[in-house]
Amino acid sequence: MSVLVFVEIKNKLSKAAKEAITYGKNLGEVNVVTCGNASDEVLSEMGDYGAKNILVYRKINEPNDQVISKLILKAVEKLNAEFILLSQDQTGKSIGPRVAAKLEAGHISGAISLPEVSDEFTVKTNVYSGKAIAYVCVHSDKKVISILPNSIQPEENKVDAYISEFDEDLGNGRIKTVDLKPLGDGIPLPEAELVVSAGRGLKGPENWGIVEDLAQSLGATTACSRPVADIGWRPHHEHVGQTGVAIRPNLYIAAGISGAIQHLAGVNGSKVIVVINTDPEAPFFKAADYGVVGDAFEVLPKLTAAINNFKASQR
Amino acid sequence: MKILVCISKVPDTTSKINFVDNNTKFDENGVQYIVNPYDEWYALVRALELVEASGGTVTTITVGTSTDDPTIRKALAIGANDAVRIDADPTDSFFVAKQIFEYAKNENFDIVMTGKETINYNGAQIGGMLAELLDMPFISLANKLDVNGAQATLERDVQGGIEVVEVDFPFVLSASKGMAEQRIPNMRGIMAARTKPLNVIPPTDHNKLTSVVKFELPAPKTGCKYLDPESMDELVELLHNETKVI
Repeated sequence: MSVLVFVEIKNKLSKAAKEAITYGKNLGEVNVVTCGNASDEVLSEMGDYGAKNILVYRKINEPNDQVISKLILKAVEKLNAEFILLSQDQTGKSIGPRVAAKLEAGHISGAISLPEVSDEFTVKTNVYSGKAIAYVCVHSDKKVISILPNSIQPEENKVDAYISEFDEDLGNGRIKTVDLKPLGDGIPLPEAELVVSAGRGLKGPENWGIVEDLAQSLGATTACSRPVADIGWRPHHEHVGQTGVAIRPNLYIAAGISGAIQHLAGVNGSKVIVVINTDPEAPFFKAADYGVVGDAFEVLPKLTAAINNFKASQR
Repeated sequence: MKILVCISKVPDTTSKINFVDNNTKFDENGVQYIVNPYDEWYALVRALELVEASGGTVTTITVGTSTDDPTIRKALAIGANDAVRIDADPTDSFFVAKQIFEYAKNENFDIVMTGKETINYNGAQIGGMLAELLDMPFISLANKLDVNGAQATLERDVQGGIEVVEVDFPFVLSASKGMAEQRIPNMRGIMAARTKPLNVIPPTDHNKLTSVVKFELPAPKTGCKYLDPESMDELVELLHNETKVI
């Protein structure tokens, strides 16, 4: 069966890209389509995960949803692809539905499992903002599946990747990019394996140093609760929860967050949850693997010191 | 300026989620329904601010049954001019997008808005599908929208940053946090909403490409292991050896 994976490359091959290729490898022969000016070295690295054919569109001026969708549709036609895979990130969310609508293909967005194929083709996704899981069945022959980051583990599966260039000119879309404000070099929250988060218990934005210190010693990404983003202590893109970003890291450390149902919805896909709170009755402890009843101002620096000791001992 | 805002009915954010009929159906018992927060707080309110500033109309559209009417009235109370409801059960994104497309294709809307996702299905699909069907650009995850004549400037979340884009009418956007502030309808709005047009139209015939076979609740945590604030070395040890996450 022919599988087409769309991969977005910014300098290096992201973990999300490796996950999507690994997912594809489980479904059939993997073809990748990408655009931009990635080096051949980065492109052939995809072969390590099982990508056999790589089609790269280098003439793209401004990557936008209309042009990338056209590129994917051309590649689908050329390869007669049955599965079209993407990552459920910002790019995937803007492109997946377009491609699905054009192909009249059933679209599963935010897959958290490989398909179960018996009588029907079924994939698990998060619904009710992480409060439940749905088994979604696709009835069409072609299927567009976008994969939630950190849902499957990338697996090495080395083949020699054959790289070819897509020659047609797909023109420009109507969206003009005026500016790009980068959010820093850190790992984006949805892809982060380690996350350190804090809430109102921190009492003010000036106290975030102890959160950042812990994140830095762990190599983690920082996050926050909704009230803290709403009052402007932290930027909106850090807000995790039902109306913010939903994440599923390996480790989620929450300090000074009580654990309202809306917050839990966004983080309960985390593999391990550590909760630090002065209130032993905080509802978050019910969803935690490890709990520390104590003041974040004392516990966080102690935890940072313990991490630093541990890291030093590992060297 | 003519704006179409797609709105959807969802369980209140504090709802306990349960299922009935062998885990195939959402348990509506005791659940309060609201307008999907992304549709209401960000898309609808920003649409209203724009027409209040430069004139125009805001129409809402919903694919749903008569049980959606109270939430549609709420959107009218907040200030939408009129509402359309396509009388069908919204169980598949492509089906829903097609229904809205069939209505919107002849109406010459300048901007079509959706929330970035609904908080029940979290599919984030309708906006992109509509854009493709209508052959319009799609600005996903927009958190800022300003309009100057027939041109708009938007900010949106992209991988690794915030992108500022310009686009001419018509276009489709999905609204995320930051685009506007929640508005509470006042008594005058609530009274006016009773007599504003809510046009119910029959669905057109389209295939459903997906369906939910069953639901499941995430496995509950088995219990929290408590550690003393003085034992952070032990916590690190557990994270390394017991759960192997660091």
